[in-house]
Amino acid sequence: MTHLHQLPPWAALVVALFVVIGATLTLLGGVGLVRLKSFYQRLHAPTLGYSYGTLLIILASMLMFSLAEGRAVVHELMIGIFIMATTPITLLMLGRAALRRDRDRKLGHNEAVPPRRRTEPPPLDDIEAEAEAGTDPEAGAETGEPRP
Amino acid sequence: MTAEILRFALGYAQIALILALALACWRMLRGPRAQDRVLGLDTMYINAMLLFLVIGMVNGNVFFFEGALVIAVLGFVTTVCAAKFLMRGEVIE
Repeated sequence: MTHLHQLPPWAALVVALFVVIGATLTLLGGVGLVRLKSFYQRLHAPTLGYSYGTLLIILASMLMFSLAEGRAVVHELMIGIFIMATTPITLLMLGRAALRRDRDRKLGHNEAVPPRRRTEPPPLDDIEAEAEAGTDPEAGAETGEPRP
Repeated sequence: MTAEILRFALGYAQIALILALALACWRMLRGPRAQDRVLGLDTMYINAMLLFLVIGMVNGNVFFFEGALVIAVLGFVTTVCAAKFLMRGEVIE
């Protein structure tokens, strides 16, 4: 653990603070992903980890390796720029896909997780029926929507 | 002293990221619909990438960074393909 002793105390404090806050925000995003009721609410929760978690852990890593090696280490910026550029694309496409599937099922936006105290798992046939509807290329023709 | 602070913070970060990974995995396994599973998988990719960065900081090894970069790229491609498949029913039209 020689590289951990090379840091000055202020840098160790800053790195520890960044890492702890970033990991805690990522954990909160995971808790939100489990606890929230609707998919459109759940889509917002893990973005805590995508933005703040990545930013803080990358800043801590850059600071630590720069001070430990005595030169500017900035290659973690590649991950930061990549995540910053691709996260809106992925989540926007996922949200649009979910919206389209909900329109095909005429569900609206108030889809909720089934309650936990149900004994039989009902979502299985739901999921299967919906998988058939989603993968079926003629699904849009039944609801009368034109598929672009 | 500085090494103890850093070791405690990095150990806490590892435990928190593994917990976040487990929660995302729970959502991926149980998610009521397919888009929930895709979202859980994407969150698992990001959490694993952050865990790789933290493990690289613990070991003082720069090569974990490349693994984290590969995981980030694979997560992006996977999620975009899954979202296109959910939307259109096919990936490449």
